[in-house]
Amino acid sequence: MLKFIKHNLETIDGVSLYPIISLSIFFVVFVSYTVWAMTYSKDKIKELSDLPFKEEK
Amino acid sequence: MEKEQFYYDNKIVRNFIYATILFGVIGMLVGLLVAFLYLFPNMTDGIPWLSYGRLRPLHTNAVIFAFVGNGVFAGVYYSLQRLLKARMFSDFLSKFNFWGWQLIILGAAITLPMGYTSSKEYAELEWPFDIAIALVWVAFGVNMIGTIIKRRERHIYVAIWFYLATFIAIALLHIFNNLEIPVSWTSMKSYSVYAGVQDALVQWWYGHNAVAFFLTTPILGLMYYYVPKAANRPVYSYRLSIIHFWSLIFIYIWAGPHHLLYSSLPDWAQNLGVVFSVMLIAPSWGGMINGLLTLRGVWDKVREDSVLKFYVVALTGYGMSTFEGPMLSLKNVNAIAHFTDWIVAHVHVGTLAWNGFMCFGMIYWLMPRLTKTKLFSEKLANFHFWIGTLGVVLYTLPMYVAGFTQASMWKQFNPDGSLVYGNFLETVTQIMPMYMLRAVGGTLYFIGILVLVYNIIRTVMQGQAVENELVEYAPLSKISSGQMKGEKWHSWLERKPVQFTLLTTVAVAIGGIIQIVPMLVVDSNIPTISSVKPYTPLELQGRDIYIREGCNNCHSQMIRPFRSEVKRYGEYSKSGEYVYDHPFLWGSKRTGPDLMRVGGKYNDNWHFNHMWSPQRMDEKSVMPAYKWLFDNKAMDHSLIEEKLEVMVSLGVPYTPEDIANARKSIEVQSAKIEKSLYNDPDFVKSYEASKKKAAANGETFVPMKDREIVSLIAYLQRLGTDIKIKKTE
Repeated sequence: MLKFIKHNLETIDGVSLYPIISLSIFFVVFVSYTVWAMTYSKDKIKELSDLPFKEEK
Repeated sequence: MEKEQFYYDNKIVRNFIYATILFGVIGMLVGLLVAFLYLFPNMTDGIPWLSYGRLRPLHTNAVIFAFVGNGVFAGVYYSLQRLLKARMFSDFLSKFNFWGWQLIILGAAITLPMGYTSSKEYAELEWPFDIAIALVWVAFGVNMIGTIIKRRERHIYVAIWFYLATFIAIALLHIFNNLEIPVSWTSMKSYSVYAGVQDALVQWWYGHNAVAFFLTTPILGLMYYYVPKAANRPVYSYRLSIIHFWSLIFIYIWAGPHHLLYSSLPDWAQNLGVVFSVMLIAPSWGGMINGLLTLRGVWDKVREDSVLKFYVVALTGYGMSTFEGPMLSLKNVNAIAHFTDWIVAHVHVGTLAWNGFMCFGMIYWLMPRLTKTKLFSEKLANFHFWIGTLGVVLYTLPMYVAGFTQASMWKQFNPDGSLVYGNFLETVTQIMPMYMLRAVGGTLYFIGILVLVYNIIRTVMQGQAVENELVEYAPLSKISSGQMKGEKWHSWLERKPVQFTLLTTVAVAIGGIIQIVPMLVVDSNIPTISSVKPYTPLELQGRDIYIREGCNNCHSQMIRPFRSEVKRYGEYSKSGEYVYDHPFLWGSKRTGPDLMRVGGKYNDNWHFNHMWSPQRMDEKSVMPAYKWLFDNKAMDHSLIEEKLEVMVSLGVPYTPEDIANARKSIEVQSAKIEKSLYNDPDFVKSYEASKKKAAANGETFVPMKDREIVSLIAYLQRLGTDIKIKKTE
């Protein structure tokens, strides 16, 4: 499947820079919000996910 | 702290729900009409404002902006107040949002059938409406952010993140896609500031992200509120919802160019679109799974509760269309699916199942709560669910079959290298049974909505409307805007709406900037072709008729570099051929053949006869007749100088002499076409007869050359000929 994408990418000038830039942007962004989500404390997560039900208390 | 008393504004929610239902009925009804026009092309013969090309934009706009749009507003206005423990920031802005939106819809319902259109899909409304939409949208945003600021709940629930992203992204998209210059301040006509490839890229950056940020992110926000509420249990994973949010809004905006694969768009932009589209599957499915798993442990309730049933099918529809989307963006799949009914099936899974069922579930859940009663009939709601689901299946399955069948037929070759189905119409006739089935599916879905209307009316009748709901809640204590001692950085950042909004804007803007800016600033991205010249004034006028009648809804002007397409339509399209096309008219669906190189393919009489009655040329044609273009009245050329001047300001090289001589040029070119029409003895006969008839009735007779049809012929005969000229040199 990937051969279709790879082949087409070869037609771009300076293509070698593209994957490096996109990979670094994605790596940084994705890792940041994953870390963000994972380092939330368990209690806080529970509190947040209960927000829609708070009115009935 | 002392508790405060305040009221939730329920009236605004109820109004938006009524509007949702009303426009659900109207939008789907127009959709049905459009579906039946495939079966009976001349059902509305001779009525310009009921012709397919004008109704199709009305249908899409009504369903997207009127039905789903009002549904989103209803859902947001209800959940936002409750999640933030505050009444909406300003009652005036709420009302302005409501009435402004309905007035725009009313205006659309009047002007689109009249032929006032910019031709850009899902952004067809002309410039005064674009300004009005921007105003109402900003009112909505200010009202929402104002409510967030005066909230009584410290934390901002994830649903609201999705609402905020919706507001920001749609504002950006709407403004940049609708940059256009009005021909005059008193006319409803404008030209896009972008041309050709750039226009196409901006349009599909918009078109794709209108789906993303008008039909997906707000609905996901609703999902994160209403699915837990209906299931009476919190969302499966709040952590997943955080990842879902950031990855979705970050990736979505890059994916637009997948609408333009194999087109004249530069390769790098196409590939960027493909890669990001494939990645989109991860956050989309993450969200779907999060929604479905929220129902863990309550599947027994799904059996009885119609609201949960609607949500389950909605989420499944979301999962299906977001799996299909990335697949369709792969170039090899896209080569088959693009321009066919496959895409129609794909978007209807999204609208009918995902958007429609989310809205229905929400309406069934909300209305009893707003009227302090029970739903009039759970049985009817269940009936709606089943007939609606059957409708979706009967709508989409035939369209998949139709798309696949037609695409295969387009690409079929004989051993001698000729096309097996050289006549495009053969491939349409083949799928007519599918169009019939589609109309049946649409009818079932529509019946479901009528059942909802009845059920809701009865519910409201038996209930007591609570326009303002009294609540008590303690206000937030004043705290430092900086991070407090002991406060986790998570809570600190997520309680600050302005910073949060800025972050969202950045996430959304990165993809937009990377795609759009290089296209706009680097000339080398669009190779120019010296033989490509601007349209003559008459051709430009004809082009505006083409836009008015919505020809681009059924005919593409984009020949992809495939053997099958080059064989059928001629030399494949080059980006340099479109440099004077404000707006671009590539189209997205081929109900009829591509018209990129139709110029010179037939003689003027052929076009003349074909526009008068396509069925006279081929009785199986599904194209409607355009008899009003032949009416005994002169075409309005009064704005031609202004039109050319706007074009000049956009960089089209018309000289001052061109502009001064515009009317003369029209006169000369149209006289030439009229003369060529005389080659057909039948034309001469009927033309002379109509002259006599006019004289007998005492009407002034307008020569054929001054009527609209001649300008359209001029435009059609010009299409794609610039490159042919180069060849013969």
